[in-house]
Amino acid sequence: MRQLGRFYLIAILLFLYTPIAVMMAMGFNESPLYELPFTFSTRWYEALLSNQPLLKAGANSIIIALITAVIATTLGTMASVALSRRTFRGKSLLQLLLLPPIAIPWLITGTAMLIFFYWSGIGRGMHALLIGHVALAIPYVVLVVGTGFKTVRADLEEAAMSLGSTPVHAFFSVTLPLLYPSILGAALFAFAVSLDQFVISYFLATPGYTTLPVQIYSAIRKGFTPEINAISTLLLLGSMAVILIFARFAKPGDTRDKR
Amino acid sequence: MTNVKVKSVAKTYGPIPVLTDISTEFQEGSFTSLLGPSGSGKTTLLRIIAGFIKPDEGVVMIGNSDVTNVPVWGRNIGMMFQSYALFPHMTIAQNVAFGLERRGIKGEAARKEVDRALEMVRLSGFGDRLPKQLSGGQQQRVALARAIVIKPSVLLLDEPLSALDRRLRQEMQVELLRIQRESGLTTIFVTHDQEEALTLSDKVAILDRGRIVQIGDPETVYEKPLTRFAAEFLGDSNFLSGKVENGAVRLSNGTVVRSDSALPGNGADVTLAIRPEKMSLVTADTQPNKLSARITTVIYAGPVLSYILETPDGLPLKLFAQNRDGRVLREGETVSLSWSPEHTIAVAN
Repeated sequence: MRQLGRFYLIAILLFLYTPIAVMMAMGFNESPLYELPFTFSTRWYEALLSNQPLLKAGANSIIIALITAVIATTLGTMASVALSRRTFRGKSLLQLLLLPPIAIPWLITGTAMLIFFYWSGIGRGMHALLIGHVALAIPYVVLVVGTGFKTVRADLEEAAMSLGSTPVHAFFSVTLPLLYPSILGAALFAFAVSLDQFVISYFLATPGYTTLPVQIYSAIRKGFTPEINAISTLLLLGSMAVILIFARFAKPGDTRDKR
Repeated sequence: MTNVKVKSVAKTYGPIPVLTDISTEFQEGSFTSLLGPSGSGKTTLLRIIAGFIKPDEGVVMIGNSDVTNVPVWGRNIGMMFQSYALFPHMTIAQNVAFGLERRGIKGEAARKEVDRALEMVRLSGFGDRLPKQLSGGQQQRVALARAIVIKPSVLLLDEPLSALDRRLRQEMQVELLRIQRESGLTTIFVTHDQEEALTLSDKVAILDRGRIVQIGDPETVYEKPLTRFAAEFLGDSNFLSGKVENGAVRLSNGTVVRSDSALPGNGADVTLAIRPEKMSLVTADTQPNKLSARITTVIYAGPVLSYILETPDGLPLKLFAQNRDGRVLREGETVSLSWSPEHTIAVAN
C-alpha cells in the first residue's frame, strides 16, 4: 500500500515536471530541430540576446505584470477592507459579483473587453492591456486578502481606537502589518495572473506593443527555434524564485496570533 | 477621575429594541458591574459609553462634557476586551506604549510610564516579549496595563475574565480590584457571572431585555430584589405566589405567609421570593412562615448541602443548609421548612 502511494506520487511529479524538464533541456541542445543526441550548447541563449522582439516582449510582460500587481493589490485590498469591515447597501451583491469573473472563460472576457474597448474608444495597446489585466487580477486579490482578514480580529482595531487611534491610523498601525503576508501573496497572484495571460493579451496587444506569451505564440506560428525554450526557461526560473522567496519569508498560514 | 452619566439612552437594531430608556450615573471612582444574560443589552450599553455604538436617543456624559457625538478615539477611555486584543506584532512594551504614543508621549517619558504600568500589573521585565509568549492571565494583565497607562477618564471592561480558567480568574479578580482601588478609576464592568459581579462591585446593575431592572450595592440587590428576574438571575430564589389577605399572603394551597415587604391591597396577586439559604429545616422553629415538603434530591457539596424539595401540591423548592453537624437528610423524607417574614420579599413579575 505504502509502495503504491509512493509510486503514485512519483508518477504525478513526473507527469507534471517531465515536459518542463524536456523543454529546459532542449534550450541547451545544439540542434535547432530538437534532434538527438543531446549536445550541450548555450548558443540559443546567445541568440536570445540579439532577438530584440522577444526581449522587448519579455520586458513588456514584466513591466505590465508589475504595474498590474501594484494597482490590483491596492484596489483589491481596499475592496477587501470594505467587504470585511464595513456594512453598506448592496454589499452581499457586490461580494457575489466579484467571484464569477474567475470562472468566466478568458476567451469570453477577452472578446467582451475587445468589443467594449473598441466601442468606448479605449482601443488597444499598453493601457488597454493594463486595464484588462488589473480587472482580471482584482477578484484574486479580494479573495486572498479577504481570507487574510479572517485571521485579523476586528477587536484589535477597536483596541487601537480605544487607545486614541483614528480608524485610518488603526488600520495602518495594526491591521496592515498583520495583513502584509496576505497582501504580498495577493500581489504575487496578481503578478502571475498578468504574466501568464495570453488570451486577453492576444486581443488587446498591438503589433507594436505585445507581451511575451503573444510574441512566443506568433514566433511558433512562423516556425521556431530553441530560443523560445531559452526565454521560457528564464521566465520559469524567475517566477519560481519569486514564489520560493515568498514561501520562505512570508510563511503563509502563520499569521494568526497564537494563544 | 470622573463620573459617567447616561441619560435616556435607547438603541434599536431594526425592529428589535436593544436598550430602552437607560438613565443612570456611575460615581467617580466606583466599580459598577453590568450584569445580565446574553441579549440583555449590557455589552451594547458598554459600547455606547465607549463610543463604538451611537445611541439612537439619549446622551452620554463623561465628567461634565457631553460625548454623545465624540468618536471613541476622542473619549480618553481605557478598555479591556474579552479576547485581550493585544497587538500580536508588537512587544509587550510597544503594546503598552501604543496609547501614550497617540498622546504624544514618546522616548524616555513613555518608557517610564510603561515600566510603572507593567510594575503595577506585576509584569516588570516582560517588556521585550511578544504577546504569544505569555500565558492567558499574563496577556490579560498586559491588556489592563495598556488600558490604565493612558490615565483614562473611565475604565471599561468587557467580560475580560471570562476566557480564563477558574483559579486564574479568582486571582485576576483580586488583582483587578487592587489596581482599580489604587488608580481610583471609575470602572464599568460587563459580566454574566453573578458571583464576579457581587465580589468586585460597589454597585451592581441588573439588565433584562434592554432595561436596568435594578441598580444598587451588592447587598441590597441580593437581599432585596425588586423583580422576579433580579431574584432569579442574581443567586437562587424560591417563588411563592398567592393573593394578599389582611396584610399577609394566602398561597393557593391555603397556607398563609407573612412578609415584611410592602404588599398591595387585599385580593391582589403577589409573588414572593425567598432565598434557599434563608429557609431552615429546624422542626421546632418559632418562625411564622412554614411549609412541609418532601425531599426529592440531595446534593452534597461538602460545606453546603442543597436540598431539592416538593410541597404536597407540587411546588418545587430549594434549600441550602450549612453542613454543621454532618447529618444529611435522605431523599423521600418529609420535612418542615421555616423562614422569617424579613426574608420574604415581594417582587414584581
